[in-house]
Amino acid sequence: MASLKDLRNRIASVKATQKITKAMQMVAAAKLRRAQEAAEASRPYAERMASVLANLAEMTAGDPDAPVLMTGNGKDDTHLLVVCTADRGLCGGFNASIVRKAVSDARDLMAAGKTVKFLCVGRKGYDILRRGFRDQIVDVMEFKSVRRISFTEAHLVGDRVVAMFDEGAFDVATLYYAEFRSVISQKPTGLQLIPAAAAAADAIEHEHEHAPAAGNAVYEYEPDATEILDALVPRNIRVQIFRALLENAASEQGARMSAMDSATRNAGDMIDRLTLQYNRTRQAQITKELIEIISGAEAL
Amino acid sequence: MATFPFELVSPEKLIFSGDVEAVRLPGAEGEFQVMAGHAPLLALLGPGIMEVSGGEAKSRRVFIDGGFCDMNGTTCTVLAEAATSVDDLSGEAIDRLIRDAEQAAAKLEVPAERDEAERRIATLRTVKAEL
Repeated sequence: MASLKDLRNRIASVKATQKITKAMQMVAAAKLRRAQEAAEASRPYAERMASVLANLAEMTAGDPDAPVLMTGNGKDDTHLLVVCTADRGLCGGFNASIVRKAVSDARDLMAAGKTVKFLCVGRKGYDILRRGFRDQIVDVMEFKSVRRISFTEAHLVGDRVVAMFDEGAFDVATLYYAEFRSVISQKPTGLQLIPAAAAAADAIEHEHEHAPAAGNAVYEYEPDATEILDALVPRNIRVQIFRALLENAASEQGARMSAMDSATRNAGDMIDRLTLQYNRTRQAQITKELIEIISGAEAL
Repeated sequence: MATFPFELVSPEKLIFSGDVEAVRLPGAEGEFQVMAGHAPLLALLGPGIMEVSGGEAKSRRVFIDGGFCDMNGTTCTVLAEAATSVDDLSGEAIDRLIRDAEQAAAKLEVPAERDEAERRIATLRTVKAEL
C-alpha cells in the first residue's frame, strides 16, 4: 500500500500535468480559430482557379499539346505519395490516421506490382514511416519554424513535386492530408495531384451543375490556351497543396484540442480517485493509531 | 463612366471585391487595360504593378507577382500568385525578389528559360524604379 507521502506526490504531479494539458487545449482552441479563418480565406482563390482550369481543360480537351502534368505521361508504374502531417505530436490519432491511410494505399499499390515512393511533409509522418519504409522515403520537408503556413511553403512543396515529375521520378502523385470536418472529426483524405486531368474533370462537372452558362463565352486567350494551361497547371498543384496544408493545420489544432480536452478530463478523474484513496488511507492510519493507544491503555 | 464587378484574389485571401471603372494589368505579353464590356479574355500576367481605378476602388496600385486575369464579359477576376499594395511594398522586398530571381537565372541553362528569367529581373527592376 502506498504511503501518504507517495500519494501526496502523485496527486501533485497529476495536478501539474492537468494544468499543462488544460493550457495546451486553450492554446489549440485559439490557434484553431486562426487556422480555420486562414482555410476559409483561401477558398475563393481555389474555387476560381478550379473554374478557370475547368474552362481551359474543356477548350484543350483532346489536344496533343496539352501539358503532361494534366494528362499524365501515360504510365502508372511509380507512385509518389505526398504525406502531409504535423511537425508536433500530442494531438491524438491525427498523424497516425493520415499515415495509416497512406500506408494502406501504398500496400495495395505494392501488391499490384507498382513502385511506391514517399515525400514527407511534416516531421511526425516521417518518424512513423521511417520504421517500415525507410528506403522509399525520397525527402522530408519540415516547416517547424514557420508560425503561420503561407503560400511560400506550398510553393516549395509544389516546385519539388513538379521538378521530380519532370525528372521522371514518378508517374502518379497523390496527396495525403486530413480534411477538417469539425473539431472532433478530421477525415484522412487522398487526393490525386498528377495527372491533374481527373481532378479537372470533377471540377468541370461541378461547374456545369452550378453555372451552365459560363462555358458559352467565346474567350480570347493571351498567349494561347495551351500556353496558359502550361502555366496554370503547376500553379493549381501548388494551390491544392496549399489547401491541404491549411486543412491540415486546422485539423491538427482541432485534434489537439479534443485530445487535450480528454487528457484534462482523465487527469481530473485520476485526481479524484487518488484523493479518495489518500483520505481513506489517512483515516485508516488514524483509526489504527487510536486502536493502538486504547489497547495500550487497557493493558495497564 | 460604366463600372463592372472586379475581384482581386491571392491564395491567402480575397483582397478586393467591388465595382470599378478600369483595371490596368501587367500582361505577360504587354500591359493592357480592362474596362466595362471588354470581350471575354483569359490572360497570363507577369510581375508588375496593376492599377484599379474608379468606382469603389478610387485609385489603388497593387504589386502582383504573376497570375491570371479572367474577364468573362461581365465580371473580371485577377488571380495573383502574390499581391502587395504598393503603399506597403518596401524596396527591400523587391530587392529580395530580384536577388532570388538572379540566383534562379544563374542556374538555368536553356537559353529560352534564361531569357524568361532575365525579362523577369528587368520587370522587377522597373517596378523598383517606379516606387
